[in-house]
Amino acid sequence: MAIEVRIPTILRTYTGGEKAVAGDGGTLADVLVDLDSRHPGLRDRIVDEKGLRRFVNVYVNDEDVRFMGGLETAVKDGDTVTVLPAVAGG
Amino acid sequence: MLVISSDTVDEIVAHARRDHPDEACGIVAGPVGSDRPERFIPMVNAARSPTFYEFDSLDLLRLYREMDDRDEEPVVVYHSHTSTQAYPSRTDVAYASEPGAHYVLVSTREPDTVEFRSYRIVDAVVTEEEVRVVPALQTDDT
Repeated sequence: MAIEVRIPTILRTYTGGEKAVAGDGGTLADVLVDLDSRHPGLRDRIVDEKGLRRFVNVYVNDEDVRFMGGLETAVKDGDTVTVLPAVAGG
Repeated sequence: MLVISSDTVDEIVAHARRDHPDEACGIVAGPVGSDRPERFIPMVNAARSPTFYEFDSLDLLRLYREMDDRDEEPVVVYHSHTSTQAYPSRTDVAYASEPGAHYVLVSTREPDTVEFRSYRIVDAVVTEEEVRVVPALQTDDT
């Protein structure tokens, strides 16, 4: 078992076109570091020096991590992390 | 070029009028790879603003899961401008994240006429494209 991370179309250039990749770690932050070791550059598209990028949504199972612990949200084997760019504009 | 049915155009325009003076937003989904905007899905503008739109984050998750289950993708991503022309703003370009989608802009600044235009936004480059409104999408052209 591992953590399934679902990747949006626009970031699949980092995953060789894969819609979902497997990750490991005890928190969302750990999982992103783990993914970046196999998919370099992916993490930078999701977080910046201040934390999660404002217009990228990350969910653990059915919850937006902004309403949980943000990058420190706990994850465990069998969880699904979904990354979705916000649909937004002016 | 965007080929879209007149019914779908009417639905998008009606949504934009209804939410005026706030911006309206939504998508038209279609089978993956088909480029056919078949299923009109109006979304709530969580920002409820005349100058900004954003899908609610949990609505967004539900929407993408549903499309995934149905083997669909967002063929059209639309929103309205309520006091400016139907041209992507700097913010629209900065946040555009569906390089395969037609970005439709509707302007409701004039009460009697509506501007309905479509663009590709890829790597921050905006390219306007022709819009062909048809009575109905062809049932199958494969």
